[in-house]
Amino acid sequence: MVALTAEKQDHNLLSRMAAGDGHGENSAYFDGWKAYEENPFHPIDRPDGVIQMGLAENQLCGDLMRKWVLEHPEASICTAEGVNQFSDIAIFQDYHGLPEFRQAVAKFMEKTRNNKVKFDPDRIVMSGGATGAHETVAFCLANPGDGFLVPTPYYPGFDRDLRWRTGVNLVPVTCHSSNGFKITVEALDAAYENARVPVKGLLITNPSNPLGTTLDRDCLKSLVKFTNDKGIHLIADEIYAATTFGESEFISVAEVIEEIPDCNRDLIHIVYSLSKDMGLPGLRVGIIYSYNNRVVQIARKMSSFGLVSSQTQHLIAKMLSDEDFVDEFIRKSKLRLAERHAELTTGLDGLGIGWLKAGAGLFIWMDLRNLLKTATFDSEMELWRVIVHKVKLNVSPGGSCHCHEPGWFRVCFANMDHQTMETALERIRVFTSQIEEESLKLTKQMAKKKKCWQSSLRLSFKDTRRFEEGFFSPHSPVPPSPLVRAQI
Amino acid sequence: MKQLSTKVTSNAHGQDSSYFLGWEEYEKNPYDEIKNPNGIIQMGLAENQLCFDLIETWLAKNPDAAGLKKEGQSIFKELALFQDYHGLPEFKKALAEFMEEIRGNRVTFDPSKIVLTAGSTSANETLMFCLAEPGDAFLLPTPYYPGFDRDLKWRTGAEIVPIHCSSSNGFQITESALQQAYQQAQKLDLKVKGVLVTNPSNPLGTMLTRRELNLLVDFITSKNIHLISDEIYSGTVFGFEQFVSVMDVLKDKKLENSEVSRRVHVVYSLSKDLGLPGFRVGAIYSNDEMVVSAATKMSSFGLVSSQTQYLLSALLSDKKFTGTYLNENQKRLKIRQKQLVSGLEAAGVTCLKSNAGLFCWVDMRHLLDTNTFEAELELWKKIVYEVKLNISPGSSCHCTEPGWFRVCFANMSEETLDLAMKRLKEYVESTDSRRLISKSSHERIKSLRKRTVSNWVFRVSWTDRVPDER
Repeated sequence: MVALTAEKQDHNLLSRMAAGDGHGENSAYFDGWKAYEENPFHPIDRPDGVIQMGLAENQLCGDLMRKWVLEHPEASICTAEGVNQFSDIAIFQDYHGLPEFRQAVAKFMEKTRNNKVKFDPDRIVMSGGATGAHETVAFCLANPGDGFLVPTPYYPGFDRDLRWRTGVNLVPVTCHSSNGFKITVEALDAAYENARVPVKGLLITNPSNPLGTTLDRDCLKSLVKFTNDKGIHLIADEIYAATTFGESEFISVAEVIEEIPDCNRDLIHIVYSLSKDMGLPGLRVGIIYSYNNRVVQIARKMSSFGLVSSQTQHLIAKMLSDEDFVDEFIRKSKLRLAERHAELTTGLDGLGIGWLKAGAGLFIWMDLRNLLKTATFDSEMELWRVIVHKVKLNVSPGGSCHCHEPGWFRVCFANMDHQTMETALERIRVFTSQIEEESLKLTKQMAKKKKCWQSSLRLSFKDTRRFEEGFFSPHSPVPPSPLVRAQI
Repeated sequence: MKQLSTKVTSNAHGQDSSYFLGWEEYEKNPYDEIKNPNGIIQMGLAENQLCFDLIETWLAKNPDAAGLKKEGQSIFKELALFQDYHGLPEFKKALAEFMEEIRGNRVTFDPSKIVLTAGSTSANETLMFCLAEPGDAFLLPTPYYPGFDRDLKWRTGAEIVPIHCSSSNGFQITESALQQAYQQAQKLDLKVKGVLVTNPSNPLGTMLTRRELNLLVDFITSKNIHLISDEIYSGTVFGFEQFVSVMDVLKDKKLENSEVSRRVHVVYSLSKDLGLPGFRVGAIYSNDEMVVSAATKMSSFGLVSSQTQYLLSALLSDKKFTGTYLNENQKRLKIRQKQLVSGLEAAGVTCLKSNAGLFCWVDMRHLLDTNTFEAELELWKKIVYEVKLNISPGSSCHCTEPGWFRVCFANMSEETLDLAMKRLKEYVESTDSRRLISKSSHERIKSLRKRTVSNWVFRVSWTDRVPDER
């Protein structure tokens, strides 16, 4: 009794925010992370461990980064070559940020948008990663109780970043696999009209997490027009801008607004970060880029709560000013992403597993709808638990991304080496063949009883019809791999 | 603009205050020995620039840490990927031990109770989010650091109710002042969630006495509220007296594992002791698991850069370095503070006797035309624009008595400090306020010294220590 009272007292002594679940980490989806942490895969020490395919990290070009850092000791304020700058940098806490840092970041943002648009270094505001950027933008654009429209499926972290401490709501804009999860104006209108809270803005992630798709020019224009017409903000999270590969093209909202003469730019904001494009999540470099002067001013004041370490600003300024390095890095990163993506998708194709055609991001959006017992999220959870605990792959179930339809999974590929990818594919192969065997057994048994409801059980995955249905996003110019046809 | 939140359209960020305006004026016309010798000297910035040579020497002797290497191999790639909000274990361990060392190893800090944040700015805001609902209040003794108005209130919706402290007893916290503040909050219909103190104090530069600390612990016990002790200046104590942390008091009262200890939280940072504000290293230390858990998750909004964690874990793990650094830092601060105090005296100006911090709390009441804040602001403007010194007026720190100013001494060279004092002396001598000090400046200082001594005696009588120089 005494213990209970003490705990109850605890709850009253802390804020509701601290005592509640708003951080989102009590969700069942964290089981996958826990399973990985308890038993992480290692090719030698733990060959049966869980392979982490739930972490969208770009680890493919770490060697290039390391080489540059070793060759440029002056980029560090601690080495003999750079220590003359130590004290100046160590005391620098101006929330405007080092000018050379802002200039280098602006230049990098231009490069990752194929130099089709200019970015003004004075509009660049620092934040504690994109995580901090999103929260700050929400604090600036919305009051507690207001809402942002967000197309589904979306990055699960948004539930925390945009809502937890800000009191802002997320209003889902449902997207369907029938059209490759494209955002339609009809869906936007429906979500806007039916929202039970005042809608202050629309948040898009382009390229998309978890889909990996990019928005085409017309779609972007329609989103700008929609938000402008309603007088609400458009926040474009472009954190995956440089992760396009193959023939996929990334078009930034910055480019599109140049083509809309009467666009109200006070409503346009970009969130960016170096965590994905450069593979530097540990350095916490988040950026808010707003076309609204007042937002820039206030977000800058708020950046006091999450400035980028001046030591890091200095390093990044030097690194991103090395244009030859940056060009080479982006080029190689795209090539390696394309390779690893092809490895995974070719493997999946060979096993008859579908995935949404897309040309960006560090993950694929895998279709396992045919493996669900019923088209429900309970079934999806059940399947997910099997994948985590039996197949030993941590992947992210679509339900955690607020996907409208059960059966989709986000599978990351850029955070592992070739050998680990092979191991993962082998495990999937074993798993699918086991399911096939069981299916065949069941078919034989059922055939004896001649029950026709069995047709609802997918008997074979190598059903070529599924490749034609809705797997080809109208916005991805990447054609199906010729290997797919060959293997069937 | 109704398209933006009220946080944007209001002025709750507090940056229209004179504290920040002085900075702006400095930015427009900054002093430089060679390039701008008539510019404004920055004395409003509590920075510690006295010991960079020690760190730079250490870096030269430690190429692995300096080059982000381990045993000669670059670990840049691993650091670049490290974004775990639990922080680098070796860094938290080193930080905990550094905090212990500063407190004479009398108390222990458990690394698992540390939450890393983006500076103490973020630490204080995060604690507010964890402990207070919008509209709840924290009591703060005045004068206090102007940044608290933004850090504690702006995005959290929390309120600050002042605990009025006066020069009559050296601005110490009294029981009646605490009770009055609590009652005032109730009158305003604000639920009091805790008390927040800065120890050593900003802007006073004094340490809280054991009496005050005991009073605070008893007060929060009886009211069942929190106590946040911002100990960001704990490593800047340069007098003979030891720094007494709230953790010392909990230990002495045998409350270390009690329910009360779970309501006591310490905020720390490396911005002042080590002089590294640019690196954004702050910490919350709490005995309450739920606070640690919630604050750790919130730290996602402002994690410490992994390259910075790595460098500092190596630096702070070197006990030889930390011991030498803390000693030398204290020595240099003491010398520089003495230089400021004598410079002020030569200008006929005294300050609150202090032995910590990077500033002095200067008494310019005798230079005011009238005993009002308007007069204080007038004087401040003259000091900024005519004397060309940026100092912080007491009103920006919510002081209840006009005429006090915070003047920093650790962010400039000896020569610059000399020049600043020269300018001040010239100003005082040339203005009409000379009439106020017309009884030879010698006599005035003599009588002021008497008052200072009696203040000292007054303070000593409240402590249970052997009287010592403060």
